[in-house]
Amino acid sequence: MNTWRLVEGSLHLLLLLGLPPLLPGVINKTKALMAGRVGPPVLQGYYDLAKLFRKGMVFSRTTTWVFKAGPVVAWVTTVLAGLLVPLMHHAPPAAFAGDMVLLVYLLALGRFFMAAAALDTGSPFEGMGAAREVSYASLAEPALFLGFIAMAKLTGSLSLAGMFSGTLPEGWSGAAAALVLVTASWFIVLLAENSRIPFDDPNTHLELTMIHEVMVLDHSGPALGLIEHGAAMKLFIFGALVLDVLIPVTTGDPWLDWALLLAGVLLLAVLIGLVESSMARLRLNNIPKLLVAACLLALFGVILLMV
Amino acid sequence: MSETLSPFTPLYNGEATDYEGLRPIPQEIFFSTILAGVERGMRVASYFGLAPTAGAPTGLIAILADDTGARLWLGRTVIAGARFPSLTPSCAQLHLFEREIAEQTGLIPDGHPWLKPVRYALPLAGGGAAASREGRKPPAIGVTEFFRVEGEEVHEVGVGPIHAGVIEPGHFRFQCHGEHVFHLEISLGYQHRGIEEALPGGPHPITARQMETVAGDTSIGHGWAYVQNLEALGGLRVSPRAQVIRGIALELERLANHTGDLGALAGDVGYLPTQSFCGRLRGDFLNMTALICGNRFGRDLLTPGGVRFDVDAAMAEELSRRLEAASRDVTEAVELLWQTPSVLARFENIGTVSFEQCLEVGLVGPVARACGVERDVRSDHPFGIYQFTTIPPVTAHYGDVNSRAYVRWLEMQRSIGFLRERLASLAAGTAPRAEAVPPQRGAGPLAPGRLACALIEGWRGEICHVALTDGAGRFLRYKITDPSFHNWFGLALALRDQQISDFPICNKSFNLSYCGHDL
Repeated sequence: MNTWRLVEGSLHLLLLLGLPPLLPGVINKTKALMAGRVGPPVLQGYYDLAKLFRKGMVFSRTTTWVFKAGPVVAWVTTVLAGLLVPLMHHAPPAAFAGDMVLLVYLLALGRFFMAAAALDTGSPFEGMGAAREVSYASLAEPALFLGFIAMAKLTGSLSLAGMFSGTLPEGWSGAAAALVLVTASWFIVLLAENSRIPFDDPNTHLELTMIHEVMVLDHSGPALGLIEHGAAMKLFIFGALVLDVLIPVTTGDPWLDWALLLAGVLLLAVLIGLVESSMARLRLNNIPKLLVAACLLALFGVILLMV
Repeated sequence: MSETLSPFTPLYNGEATDYEGLRPIPQEIFFSTILAGVERGMRVASYFGLAPTAGAPTGLIAILADDTGARLWLGRTVIAGARFPSLTPSCAQLHLFEREIAEQTGLIPDGHPWLKPVRYALPLAGGGAAASREGRKPPAIGVTEFFRVEGEEVHEVGVGPIHAGVIEPGHFRFQCHGEHVFHLEISLGYQHRGIEEALPGGPHPITARQMETVAGDTSIGHGWAYVQNLEALGGLRVSPRAQVIRGIALELERLANHTGDLGALAGDVGYLPTQSFCGRLRGDFLNMTALICGNRFGRDLLTPGGVRFDVDAAMAEELSRRLEAASRDVTEAVELLWQTPSVLARFENIGTVSFEQCLEVGLVGPVARACGVERDVRSDHPFGIYQFTTIPPVTAHYGDVNSRAYVRWLEMQRSIGFLRERLASLAAGTAPRAEAVPPQRGAGPLAPGRLACALIEGWRGEICHVALTDGAGRFLRYKITDPSFHNWFGLALALRDQQISDFPICNKSFNLSYCGHDL
């Protein structure tokens, strides 16, 4: 049994570190195909990382240790957060009551350091980007938490592992409406937290419209590589959370379960690509409205479970 | 509108007039006539200083366009001292012209509300206060007194001249409160290449090439203005067939650029379908120009007296075929914009310039037409083929990003209709048969002591070239006014009280030229 835990844990870590760069590749390929272009290879994310880690770094003279700490702290906190999230039917390597709070605050800690690093450059853009990032994150967090409250209420567990690996399948037969609301809310949070359209445009070169991208303009080489890899991991983590709610089934065969997870994550990436191919970005001052809507969706999920 | 603007001299677009015999108008009358003309609804198409020759006082030349009377009014004065009264306080559209005069001649416009460098360039050779350029270094670029909003919570965001994307250099300063923009100041000059400085004594063998690159995306527009001036000064006639081909080239240039702009607008709001398709379709229109002359931008297509490449029936048929295919695709791609609510939410009520502001600062081209101002050189001061075939101007009413996008689309439809007819007549052999390609290269000798003014409606708006010849038939002065020169200030107005994150789409909806402004 312990050996199996070890195998599962290693697989979890391997997927968490190895799979994410594939997701932006799938999104971009989907967008390219939708637009009638060939597009970059699906593995472009790995090539970019390989390139970035071979490069040197340039530091502005105005920056301090905060600037260098930003990408490192953000990457480490994202890895730690990833170790708390169940991958569909597979329990995470670390689980305890209340770990969802740690998950959210690990991500917030990473964001805090990225924003501090952005402010450290003294550039007006980066300050603007940091201000946008943290103000939108402060609206996305409640939606995430309200979703957790709904899940805790439904499953009676305060740990992520307990929420998603045990009694959730019965939840879908009993409280499907609440779960649909939570899934929708979390999908919106996923798009916002990972700076996808309609919140942000990861492909834009227009510094005045950027949210996340503008914060990392001054980073280069391996530091930028850590940021890119961390961002992809974050997408994977949020994708896993959405899938945890959406497909809480087990095939009985653990290996088939892993395959199901892979298929689910890739399909989610395709779905994000489709969303990005079919609509324009929101105006920045409309973003809070959509995030508040996400909070309300989750809140109604909670209310449905209360009555 | 009254018919005359005495004592200014009437002139038609594409015509030359006697310059040596043109009596300088006394200063006070010159300035009051400009104001009177603008008061009566005329526009200042060109206003520039003349570097003096051999110690004579500096001259000023103004050309006003009477759009309803289809005439231009030319006036000339001489300034004895080192100063002249600024008209900007009562006529805002002159503000940049007067700053340019100050920079190029050293004359000081008295009472100009905000005299700043335009291009951070040295005065023209022989210019008034600066008798010599020798040993002088141009002023440090971008160093000037910028507008500042003071206050604890106000902050300043500076963008450029180096941008994150591959675009031309320009410096933009925003006075912001959070995301809210109070004021945008635009500082250009980074693309200054000294085109006007290179022209006196010309035309040189390389001049035609330089004219086509005043703004590289407007090769046909600027090239046409230049050859039209040479034709007026050299007394050359252009065969009707060549006029047809020139018209085709100009409309293809408009189609290619408008298509590119609509795609870029879609890209700026992250709407991929239109962006991707328009990116390709722009190339299709450029390739049609390349089919005619071998160059996608139409370089070297125009020559004084005609064009250098004829379009035979077979080529006209091929062009028609490509036009139909491209017009079908572009209709599909562009119509998506107006059918997608998330796109309209980004375009509507953003970056609005009012009808009154447009008239006051003298905007031109699609930007002016988007404000509801019917202003189009092709119908107001017809030139070439447009004297025989009119393309009625299109307007929109709200002056926002959406109007500027929609006007472009309407114009494209008109241009496609125009091309369809012209190509059909070329294919059927009903177009004028006369030789389109003139036997000679170059313009031949130019008439001495004359002034020619050419207005062309390029895709960005009115292009104005004024050529003056000296006693030997060489250029004494050649003044270029790109539509961007009129319109950059419109962008600054559009940004007032907007979100800073909407700057890119506002900017793209104007899509002005940096090098056309910087010369």
